[in-house]
Amino acid sequence: MIQAGQPHSEPILSVRHLTTRFRTDLGLVTAVDDVSFDIHAGETVGIVGESGCGKTVTSKSIMRLLPERVSRIDPASKIMFRGMNLATASESRMRSVRGDQIAMIFQEPMTSLNPVFRIGWQIEEALKYHTDLNRAQRRQRSIEMLRLVEIPNPERRISEYPHQLSGGMRQRVMIAIALCCEPDILIADEPTTALDVTIQAQILNLMEGLKRKLNTAIMLITHNLGVVAQVCDRVLVMYAGRVIESGTVHDIFHRPQHPYTQALLESIPKRGRREHGKRLPTIPGIVPSLHHLPAGCRFAERCRFRQDQCVDHEPELLETSDGRAYRCFFPITQAPMAPTIGGSDVPA
Amino acid sequence: MWSFILRRLLYNIPVYLGIILLVMVLLRVRNPVYAYLGKNADAKQIEEFEKSFGLKDPFIVQYGRFLWNGIQLDFGESWKYKGTTVREKLLGAIPPSLSITVPALVLTSLLSITVGLLSAFNRGRLLDRLLVIAAVLGMSISFLVYIIFGQFFGAALPRNVFGEDWPLAIVGYGDWYRLSSVDIFGLTIPVPDAMTWVKFCLLPVLISVVVAMGYDTRFYRAVMVEECNRDYIITARAKGATKSKIMFVHMLKNAMIPIITRIMTTLPFLITGSILLEMYFNIPGMGRTLITAITDMDYPMIQGFTAVIALLYILSIILTDVLYALVDPRVRLS
Ligand SMILES: Nc1ncnc2c1ncn2[C@@H]1O[C@H](COP(=O)(O)OP(=O)(O)OP(=O)(O)O)[C@@H](O)[C@H]1O
Ligand SMILES: [Mg+2]
Repeated sequence: MIQAGQPHSEPILSVRHLTTRFRTDLGLVTAVDDVSFDIHAGETVGIVGESGCGKTVTSKSIMRLLPERVSRIDPASKIMFRGMNLATASESRMRSVRGDQIAMIFQEPMTSLNPVFRIGWQIEEALKYHTDLNRAQRRQRSIEMLRLVEIPNPERRISEYPHQLSGGMRQRVMIAIALCCEPDILIADEPTTALDVTIQAQILNLMEGLKRKLNTAIMLITHNLGVVAQVCDRVLVMYAGRVIESGTVHDIFHRPQHPYTQALLESIPKRGRREHGKRLPTIPGIVPSLHHLPAGCRFAERCRFRQDQCVDHEPELLETSDGRAYRCFFPITQAPMAPTIGGSDVPA
Repeated sequence: MWSFILRRLLYNIPVYLGIILLVMVLLRVRNPVYAYLGKNADAKQIEEFEKSFGLKDPFIVQYGRFLWNGIQLDFGESWKYKGTTVREKLLGAIPPSLSITVPALVLTSLLSITVGLLSAFNRGRLLDRLLVIAAVLGMSISFLVYIIFGQFFGAALPRNVFGEDWPLAIVGYGDWYRLSSVDIFGLTIPVPDAMTWVKFCLLPVLISVVVAMGYDTRFYRAVMVEECNRDYIITARAKGATKSKIMFVHMLKNAMIPIITRIMTTLPFLITGSILLEMYFNIPGMGRTLITAITDMDYPMIQGFTAVIALLYILSIILTDVLYALVDPRVRLS
């Protein structure tokens, strides 16, 4: 298991062996495969990885928002939250968790709000489901929330419709909706991807500030490592449905173990170090299809350090004593990072 | 909002004038009098007839006169029913049509919107499949089968369930609307009371509901399936909304635009009625009256009815625009 950054506190969310499958026309695919991680109160955990690696499916599995008919969370999966296993909780139980204890915001602020209801109504809706506030109090609270997410003129904005707001403003409204019941965890699925860069920074700062103020843990899904460096405490790197590396932001950024993590880091543009005419390195090849997963390491095909062993066998997720984990036979900086658990049959 | 409505009305005035022009021109392609009076009429008779109805005047004069009189709802006298004005015929034909079409539309819409919602929300499941099969089945069986079935059903029922004349409701009782009426502006307008309505209108209403349900359900299901895939649904679920809140609050309000469009396009038919049903059940509504006027070559009737029906179409289109603006906040600004 992945050790917590702060081993003293109990995690508020503890995901173990999360495996989510989809029934597709081409057969069953495992979009999330044996993913485990913890989230502690007030911390920000980043999940990064290329498109299609299972970040959204992981978060929607926790919220149980996947299409029921075509998806299935493996019964062995455990999503422990406040003593209940969300993987098997009833729908009515989940409804009381959603929006109240765990809230979620999405990538597309332009379409995530309901276009035909006023902003105020949409905030008040969550309050109606989860609090005993009366009408006037709900209204008061939604004005407060708009003020909290730094929307000017909240008394007026509350009676506006989503189309009257810019993308950044709408994402602020989404955050207001998500936080109005003061959830323990905010899941943010690429909250800034659709916004332009200056707005991105504003939204991230806002989330940072609110996290502090309300002591909300954040699970931040992104494929932007720059964003991770800015706001996360710990990171989970996913590849083709698997966690391939995890650790603190510092460790991941300064001593990546997995070649994929390293490649991801190399593809971030670095300020000041940009040389003209030189293109950013990209990772050659593409993520393998979930329908034809290789027998060995899922990254092997694109890995510059590939050996025969990598093609034939898939490495286990190795955990180290300092709370890191990686899934690689030939980690990049071996010397200070000798595996300690279950590493006997694996060459170090 | 008012300027919006006014603008729409003004835009449509030339359209309406064009329609009237077209109708009057088309009705004069062959001299209607020849058709009306038949082969045996002599030249003098025709001459006199044309004079008495102003058909000898230049076309532009006739056009102006028709418009001027039309504004005052005066479309002249029926050729066929001497002494009866077209206006009387019109006003008399509207209530029988409405007493079938309004309940039919309300019932059909409520039922098929609900069924479409349920079907879309449970798409792919057994319930959805059964409902889709039922809708296709309903569409495939033609009106005629329903009517034959209705006749059998009606005739096979015990005679005195609704009184002696129950089976007569099925066919051949053209005077039902005289059974009860109200007087408005000195005109006797037939309006069926509850019992008369059940006796004479229930079956045609049920038949038109069943026939329309298939089409409407499929349409509303498609609309709702589209709404099901919108992002705001996930947002609402992530807030903790129940399925029924999502369906009947979030989705329904978003689906109001296609729903309104569909209902609005059928509004003119409320007045014109279903020609098939009115002919079959001998309902003296607009549809049957117009068809009869056409076979009788009753030219003032055709002209008057067409003018009114065209007006209703245009008004319903304007009403649709207004309702859009009320439902969709995005339309209001632009
Ligand atoms: N409803 C579904 N039916 C079948 N497969 C699905 C479904 N939803 C997701 N998947 C599959 O699960 C895999 C993971 O998808 P997911 O949306 O979690 O990726 P992601 O990491 O969030 O990518 P992105 O960065 O593009 O958002 C994808 O390969 C996708 O094809
Ligand atoms: Mg995603």
